[in-house]
Amino acid sequence: MDKYKCTVCGYVYNPAVGDPDNNVASGTSWEKVPEDWSCPNCGVGKDMFVKEQ
Amino acid sequence: MSAVKLLPGVYWVGVVDWNVRAFHGHTYITRRGSTYNSYLIVDEKIALVDTVYAPFSDQLLRNISEVVPPEKIDYIISNHGETDHSGSLPALKKACPNAKHFGSAKVKETLEKMYYLGLDLQVVKSGDKLSLGKKTLSFIEAPMLHWPDSMFTYLIEDGVLMPNDAFGQHFASSARFDDEVDGSPLFEEAEAYYANILWPFSPMVLKKIDEIVKMKLPLKMIAPSHGIIWRKDPMKIVNSYVEWAKQTTRRKAVIAYETMWKSTEKMAYSIVDGLVSEGVEVKMYDVAETDNTEIIREMLYARGYLFGSSTHDNNMLPNLAMFLEFLKGLKPSGRKAAAFGSFGWAGGAVKEMENFITSPGIEIVQPGISLKFAPSPEELKQCFEFGKEFAKKLF
Repeated sequence: MDKYKCTVCGYVYNPAVGDPDNNVASGTSWEKVPEDWSCPNCGVGKDMFVKEQ
Repeated sequence: MSAVKLLPGVYWVGVVDWNVRAFHGHTYITRRGSTYNSYLIVDEKIALVDTVYAPFSDQLLRNISEVVPPEKIDYIISNHGETDHSGSLPALKKACPNAKHFGSAKVKETLEKMYYLGLDLQVVKSGDKLSLGKKTLSFIEAPMLHWPDSMFTYLIEDGVLMPNDAFGQHFASSARFDDEVDGSPLFEEAEAYYANILWPFSPMVLKKIDEIVKMKLPLKMIAPSHGIIWRKDPMKIVNSYVEWAKQTTRRKAVIAYETMWKSTEKMAYSIVDGLVSEGVEVKMYDVAETDNTEIIREMLYARGYLFGSSTHDNNMLPNLAMFLEFLKGLKPSGRKAAAFGSFGWAGGAVKEMENFITSPGIEIVQPGISLKFAPSPEELKQCFEFGKEFAKKLF
């Protein structure tokens, strides 16, 4: 599963870890992360993330 | 305040804002004033690191002029785009027409969107260096400490780290160094700064400090963009940041409440007695009387949070709602909480407070206590027991 990086603050969403503090279980792929989820670091939406190369 | 020589070729040319009491809007009460620090490094090339809040631009230019004519400045470094540090850029663009401008990719975006000046900013990344002759500046990007654009500038030969807002304090003083002022209020302001500004970014703080420690940079001075320069023991503030970022707590409780006709306040007093009887350190604040800045500072080390409110229009009181909203944004973690309050007929405040505390870092550890009108002696005893019970959860 691909990791996605926040273009604003550099936070990396790792599907293996998820974001359990914000109700995204570990193992959740980027596509399955809810559309209203926001970067836990800086608060921007999913549209500000890019696939990490 | 005139320019101050910090080291050979290194000058403070900032300004002291003695009277500022409300900072960025009214989100931060700066009861000891503040400073906007700008650093001038004079070598074969002359560099200015950060500027000051726009209303003080003339003072900045006067201070620079005491050292060198402003038009001689070759390089301007913007560590952070926020107005209090970038506000003089329009004035400097005129005063230093030949200066080249450096900053992070994000600061370029910030400044373009803030000033519309067509600044020709050259983007630098972590590890990039800028030679001034004998002295060299190196850059360390520090996103979210505390904006995406934040960057640290390190003066290699002198071991001076200029981390902008990180390690800063709102502390107005004619002194520039930590060994020239009373350390207790200074540290209190450093703690307030962390709690009110950097707390939400604690995971990034830990990562960045770890990265810097691994770089083994000799640190002779940490020269932030607000307040006093750390030179007596610069690692002390770094180590405190690590402690705060790890959300280290102690057996301490903060009671934040708002009261209409003092019934909720009476409950708070009895809860305090219960907590104290179990050896808990307590601070109690009517949030309508004390500014958030101070209460939030006390909450940094507190393991327990108790929230109290009378019921008004079936809800909690507005100042407490505002306080909880502010606290939520700071993302405390590993905290225990409970709610209490008085009501007249239907109640509601306690439930609303409990519903509001949905932050993953604040856990409600016992049912709230809700009392009708004025508390009876028996009910005050219940409040005492409520405090005692809560104290047992703070080990």
